Amino acid sequence: MILDVIGIWIAAFLTLAILSFVFGDNPIYKFAEHIFVGISAGFGVILALNQAIWPSIQMGLDPSQHVFIRTMTVVAILLGILTLIRLEIFTYIVPSLVWLSRIPIAFVVGIGSGISIVASIQGFIFPQTLATFLPVLSPEYMIDLSSPLNFLTSLLFTIGPLVILLGVISTLVYFYFSTEQRGVLLGIAKLGIIIMMITFGASFGYTIMARFSLLISRFYFLLSDWLNIIR
Amino acid sequence: MRAILDFLALIDRRIIYAVLIFAIILPLFLKPTLPSSPTKEVIEAYNAVESLKEDDIILISTDYGPSAYPELQPVLEVVLEQSFKKNVKVLLMTHWQFEGLIVGINAIEKVAKRYNKVYGKDYLILGFKPGVLGVMIGLSEDFRKVFPTDYYGKPIDSYEIYKKLIKDDTVLNYKDINLLFGFEAGATGDSWVQIVQARYGVKMAFAVTAVMAPGYFPYYQAKQIVGLVGGLKGAFDYESLNKSKGLASLIMISQVVVHSVILVFILLGNVGFIIRRILG
Repeated sequence: MILDVIGIWIAAFLTLAILSFVFGDNPIYKFAEHIFVGISAGFGVILALNQAIWPSIQMGLDPSQHVFIRTMTVVAILLGILTLIRLEIFTYIVPSLVWLSRIPIAFVVGIGSGISIVASIQGFIFPQTLATFLPVLSPEYMIDLSSPLNFLTSLLFTIGPLVILLGVISTLVYFYFSTEQRGVLLGIAKLGIIIMMITFGASFGYTIMARFSLLISRFYFLLSDWLNIIR
Repeated sequence: MRAILDFLALIDRRIIYAVLIFAIILPLFLKPTLPSSPTKEVIEAYNAVESLKEDDIILISTDYGPSAYPELQPVLEVVLEQSFKKNVKVLLMTHWQFEGLIVGINAIEKVAKRYNKVYGKDYLILGFKPGVLGVMIGLSEDFRKVFPTDYYGKPIDSYEIYKKLIKDDTVLNYKDINLLFGFEAGATGDSWVQIVQARYGVKMAFAVTAVMAPGYFPYYQAKQIVGLVGGLKGAFDYESLNKSKGLASLIMISQVVVHSVILVFILLGNVGFIIRRILG
């Protein structure tokens, strides 16, 4: 119980310390920022050692494992050690060996690229392209004439696939630079700009919502958990 | 007129902050009730969890930290409530190191206690492993390869829940998962869809922060995911579908008022700008 109270007071102090940035950069803000960075780094290192590195080594080198698994674990450990050569201190001690650190990085880049390229084509480009091949007017919705609002809503949903089609084509045309954009092409490209502006506006609106959600929840915490003014 | 326009153009930002803080705090005291009208994608996410049966498995991935707490934690708690009410087995993991663990464990222990659920029998905390792509592909073979031990360091196959979950074969993998519910504050959800959904056909729904929501809507539109809960508004709708009153329901009113105030500021700023330009 007493630990909960101490925790709430610490959280309240750190919240106010971070909010004090509204008055400009100041020592209290810096103090809270440094605590955050320090704790994050410390916690991260311990968690990586405890949850990932040590259990993987233990499991991989277990005598019950097949010799291939144990050999690959040793290779992985060696690659991990080679990564450490990239630390600045080794550039002074053994500068001629620093190039060895590129080997594990090459592994990571190679595997990451291999997986990501296939995943992008299989899981993003194909399904998203297929999703634009729709009937121009959506059959899922019917025009509702019961009220002006229902009419407008149903109309927007019905023409949704048409908007998607126009949006995709006009945005692609905007990024088509193989010929000079004039006449019809310029008109379609301008529609592409409008579509992109609407997208950026929606994203910005969502971003404002996210930031204020966070601020509101912090105020709620201060007023309820800390000060007990609201329940 | 000119003086008013100049005043609006040169208004101190701290005055704007003060107005916004007032707009946040006042509704928290007044607590008016807001009507809810959940959108189709939120209803479908809710129904995806509701359609789970006893002993089905839900894999929850808490890929967010305290900075997304107000938007995602209310949804996580309701999803856990729905699951525990139906005796669905819950597996919890994260790609977000300690941040994802803190929010995930906080929620699951709170809700499990409420429904008298036992660790190792009704739910399991798999924990964190670095390397998003490697983890996702590894889980397709055998969960034990990626998570030989749970968060507390005990082998996962020593728990009663594991023996029950493997069903008719000897391994636990995506084939056994009935629904994956991702809580995303970053791009990890893209990998879930592009790798796990596309390759292994796992049914999935997401709760995402408002910042990420526009990026996830194309997946919903292309039917790659079955439901999507976006931002605080989505969380508020999700709580209302469950008829529960959590954090999202308590703070949504402030969000509405603040948005209205911002709209007024934007309107005033633009009108002032246009008139000043006309006047020269």
